[in-house]
Amino acid sequence: MHDILEQVGINNYIYLSALLFCVGVLGMLYRRSTIVMLMSVELMLAAANMLLAVFSVYHQDASAQVFVIFSMAVAAAEVAVGLAILVAIFRNIGSIDIDNLKNLKG
Amino acid sequence: METGLILLLLIFPLAGFLINLFVGKKLGKTLPGLIATAAVTGSFVITLIYFIKIVSTGQAIHVHLFEWVSFSDFKANFELVLDQLSLIWLMFVTGIGALIHLYSIGYMKGDENIDRFFSYLNLFIFFMIILVTANNLAIMFIGWEGVGLCSYLLIGFWYKNHKFNDAAKKAFIMNRIGDLGFLTGVFTLGYIFKTIDFDSLKLAVTTTSNLEVSGLLGLGTLCLFIGAMGKSAQIPLYTWLPDAMAGPTPVSALIHAATMVTAGIFMITRLNFIFNLTPDVQLFIAIIGAVTALFAASIGIFQTDIKKVLAYSTVSQLGLMFLAIGLGAYHVAVFHVITHAFFKACLFLGSGSVIHAMGGEQDMRKMGGLRKVLPITFATFFISTLSISGIPPFAGFFSKDEIMVVAFENNIGLWVLAALASLMTAFYMFRALFLTFNKGFRGTEEQKHHLHESPFVMTLPLIILAVLATIGGLISLPFGYSWLNEYLSPILVAGVPAEHGATSHQFMLIGISVLIALIGLAIAYYQYIVKSVVPEEDDKITGFAKVAYNKYYIDEIYDTLFVKPFYVLANFFKNIVENIMNAIVFGFGYLIAALSIPLRAIQNGSIGLYLFFFVIGFCSIVAYLFFV
Repeated sequence: MHDILEQVGINNYIYLSALLFCVGVLGMLYRRSTIVMLMSVELMLAAANMLLAVFSVYHQDASAQVFVIFSMAVAAAEVAVGLAILVAIFRNIGSIDIDNLKNLKG
Repeated sequence: METGLILLLLIFPLAGFLINLFVGKKLGKTLPGLIATAAVTGSFVITLIYFIKIVSTGQAIHVHLFEWVSFSDFKANFELVLDQLSLIWLMFVTGIGALIHLYSIGYMKGDENIDRFFSYLNLFIFFMIILVTANNLAIMFIGWEGVGLCSYLLIGFWYKNHKFNDAAKKAFIMNRIGDLGFLTGVFTLGYIFKTIDFDSLKLAVTTTSNLEVSGLLGLGTLCLFIGAMGKSAQIPLYTWLPDAMAGPTPVSALIHAATMVTAGIFMITRLNFIFNLTPDVQLFIAIIGAVTALFAASIGIFQTDIKKVLAYSTVSQLGLMFLAIGLGAYHVAVFHVITHAFFKACLFLGSGSVIHAMGGEQDMRKMGGLRKVLPITFATFFISTLSISGIPPFAGFFSKDEIMVVAFENNIGLWVLAALASLMTAFYMFRALFLTFNKGFRGTEEQKHHLHESPFVMTLPLIILAVLATIGGLISLPFGYSWLNEYLSPILVAGVPAEHGATSHQFMLIGISVLIALIGLAIAYYQYIVKSVVPEEDDKITGFAKVAYNKYYIDEIYDTLFVKPFYVLANFFKNIVENIMNAIVFGFGYLIAALSIPLRAIQNGSIGLYLFFFVIGFCSIVAYLFFV
């Protein structure tokens, strides 16, 4: 396991993770479709998970990988809830475009 | 048992007050008066029981109710005491109080708010009992304020008359100035002695050898005397008392002549052991007393309102009492308080009877010749006038003579002032008597038709008081036969000076006193009977008489010196300072409101924008953590 890390170099993993995270953030900010935004959130989460796994290997400590498993399980549950909310919104408004959801106005 | 009976002393008038306050309107027109009179009579009976007890045993009774104030080493218990001083005060507070309640049944008959009147009277008796039975200064202050409140309520009893309301407010505010002095005095004593309990104070003063008498103690006693000045109407805080005559006449008799105004004398006598330590303050008290006596008497000479004459005579007599107190003769002051309560209550009730007969008229210029229609009122008024003028063998003679003797022995200058005041007193009292009861009637035909002697409920108190005003002097005869002096000796730390039989100068002084009274009588007789002078109408009075008739313009001077500048100050604050304050406070409000307008635009409900700010915020936190 450790030699994979050495072959590629830990820096590259970190760059990849940061890139994935930025893609997620930009996707969140630029896309109007709520489903795509949800996917972007998952992308950010995946970036963080990956970083956790990489550091776990780097430090020779398996506990972080356990966290990754937990985090993925929670993410799966969260996506289920998020999609359910989206379905409910679509039934009510007939659209999942973020620009149509303005009822949070203070 | 003991405690219960003493508490009943307080509960009776309180119950009378509550009953008349809450259900008085449903009780009709006669029942409220009967309830109130019965309540005070009940208190009187209890007082009488304890009075007899203390005369035989000489043991003061303490009633500890509960611990009231307690912090660090300072304690004030709610404790009542029935000793020689409080019982003698209770005797005439409840006794005369009961008589005046009885009288009020007749006097206030037909008043639409009779239940309210009697509830206030009972409340007054309640607070007066608290004042005199208090065992520390804090409880005394409760009574002190309470009687002031009742005085205010009763002066303004006919509240629909605006002038009466003003008089009530004046009395309250004047007393408030005095109360500030009283409180400051209490705090000062509490600071010096770490206690305000009378017994502990007495112990502290009498047992501590070479007690350090500091200026602070003098300040304390001076402040307490300022309190007494307010309550007992001494210069310069006396102007409320003549105005207080706006209240119904029984109120003037009870509160503004016999009982409440003597509270200042009571308080100083209570604390005689402390006042004895500050001779400078004592001298000040004596001077104020003598000057007040003379000053008020000189105003009284020129008044034409029968109640105003009596009011100024009250101020004058109180001045004499303070003269005695200032000279350390507390027993003499107490004696004069008692005889004064008898004859002044009788005089006021008599004037009430006259006013009742005249249908509300108080101007003596419109009276005259009432002797035949009001024989009982005339007889009692005459006896009381003899008494207040100091003609033997009436009660006033003995007490006034004792004051004269004390003044003569201590300070001849003060004696001259007091003697002049006595001369004037005799003159204006007989002037009032002659103008009211002699010669022909000067009122209108309608009033003449209306004239009648008062009913029995009003004449009975008059007769009883007249009898007391006649024989009251027996409690303290001169030349060492004084029961009162012996009775009071446990209260007075310095003791009562032993009277050494009759001396020649005492006889001389008695002679002078009587002579003075007779001269006053003679001048009045010459003026108003022989020459039948009637005081002139208001606009024809000139010269000194006009100045004195207008009370030396003291009210106007106070108005210019204190009231007007106060209004100016108040207007300054209202028109200028308040506007500036408003501008500042509202300015902040407007500023926040203006700033909020652009911020409100951000909250537009667009989730995309919220996310954008969320990301910016997150990024800036990360940036801060990494780069700063």
